[in-house]
Amino acid sequence: MEQVVQQIIGGLATGAIYACIALSIVMIYQAIDHLNFAQGEMAMFSTYIAWQLMQWGTPYWGAFFITIAISFVLGYAIERTVFKPVHNAPVLSHIVIFIALFAIINSMAGFIWEFTIKPFPTPFGTKPVLGEGLLSAHGAGMIGVTGIMLGLLYLFFRYTRVGLAMRAASANPDSARLVGIRVGFMNALGWGMAAAIGAVAGMMIAPVVFLEPNMMVTILLYGFAGAVVGGLTSPGGAVFGGFAVGVIENLASFVPHFGAEMKLSIALALIILVLTLKPSGLFGRRIVSRV
Amino acid sequence: MSTPLLSAKNLRAFYGPTQILYDLNFDMHAGGITTLLGANGAGKTTTLRALSAMVKTSGEIRFDGKLISNKETADIVRLGVAHVPEGRGTFVRQTVEENLQLGGITQPAGQISADVERVFAYFPRLKERFRQQAGTLSGGEQQMLAIGRALMLRPKVMLLDEPSFGLAPLIVQEMFEILRTLNQKEKVSMFLVEQNASLALELADHAYLLETGRVVMSGPAKQLSADENIRRAYLGY
Repeated sequence: MEQVVQQIIGGLATGAIYACIALSIVMIYQAIDHLNFAQGEMAMFSTYIAWQLMQWGTPYWGAFFITIAISFVLGYAIERTVFKPVHNAPVLSHIVIFIALFAIINSMAGFIWEFTIKPFPTPFGTKPVLGEGLLSAHGAGMIGVTGIMLGLLYLFFRYTRVGLAMRAASANPDSARLVGIRVGFMNALGWGMAAAIGAVAGMMIAPVVFLEPNMMVTILLYGFAGAVVGGLTSPGGAVFGGFAVGVIENLASFVPHFGAEMKLSIALALIILVLTLKPSGLFGRRIVSRV
Repeated sequence: MSTPLLSAKNLRAFYGPTQILYDLNFDMHAGGITTLLGANGAGKTTTLRALSAMVKTSGEIRFDGKLISNKETADIVRLGVAHVPEGRGTFVRQTVEENLQLGGITQPAGQISADVERVFAYFPRLKERFRQQAGTLSGGEQQMLAIGRALMLRPKVMLLDEPSFGLAPLIVQEMFEILRTLNQKEKVSMFLVEQNASLALELADHAYLLETGRVVMSGPAKQLSADENIRRAYLGY
């Protein structure tokens, strides 16, 4: 029993990573209705920016917030320069661009910072907080940061006019234009915010997996799983899904001859399972309307 | 005569390569209600969509003397053009409250609550449904919400696309009474597209008749409703 609790807590800590990424995936999905395959690479690139700032002597939290700001601007710029022109193009064009972005950002990071593994500091320390080997301070910090981000997002979307305008622009772009909302600008804001959330995720993840250009590849997959499980239309659901994937994956390692090697397959199996049984995800909304 | 509030000159509209409107010319004066009549497929909805830049157009559209045909939809709306689209265009996932707030999203935050009260005065039903998701409202309530949302913009002109569509006759009567009041009390000019020609001609002071994308007849509403051909083709008696 104790072991189960241990695995669950450990799962929550890794789940926090997936939750962060799932959150940024949902943000972009809300803005443009597509999954962004380059999301993980954007987060990785942001993390390198933070690393570079720290190399130049910026203290951790300074680098943290500057990186968030830079990532926001970069995300905004990507939407305006790359996606605005193809805004009416079919889904396939978008996917091709996502893949191109993935490759470009990945190689750019390798080109600028090389492919060698770099350690990345944690602001929370690594001491265990819940007894030996259970939950490290960094794990607890990660869970906390994810919670704070989710809370801020909730407040933003629920109580600010810009948040309301963003929701309207993604739910019904034509009607949004008819009340005077500049939908393109809202999409770009969504990209900026997603990039900023991704940057936080990257900086939280890097101390665990080390910094290198391919650090996000598998994590992105788990993030997708989390987002799909929770529902692509629900930021809160995505966070829950992220945690759930982390816990399920950890618990599965109990199954003899199966666990550790099959971790990644479990994430993929979860995606398929949810898409088959409840396509809108656990918390995703199906649109009900009367005519 | 004073300069028209809304005017089109040689207006053409296209869906892809298909031309829908052919050199439309019309003027509409401030304070009035102009209606656009025509059969299905005549281009009525397209005309409204052209006015708020939701289709590709050529020609000139002026609002309040300013050229607007080169502007984007959101910027035209911000000038005070409230388009209530076909099918109402409600934000179905948002609540009634949020729909109204969205209607006034370009307005100063300070005037929103007073404007919401103003909408409630016209549509008390919306007050009962305030926290409900818009998608769960009945058709009539959704139409009220659509018009209420348009009012939140404090518009100079409303572009109304088939406000009677799919509504029970009694509700339609009520709706048109409210439109008349809005026109008189709030001084909102209206550009009305309607399939129910007799209702529209009763409400409007000026009418244009559209056939396959061309204006084939225009004049005071009274004159059109007296016209033998119109009566036979559109009023059915």
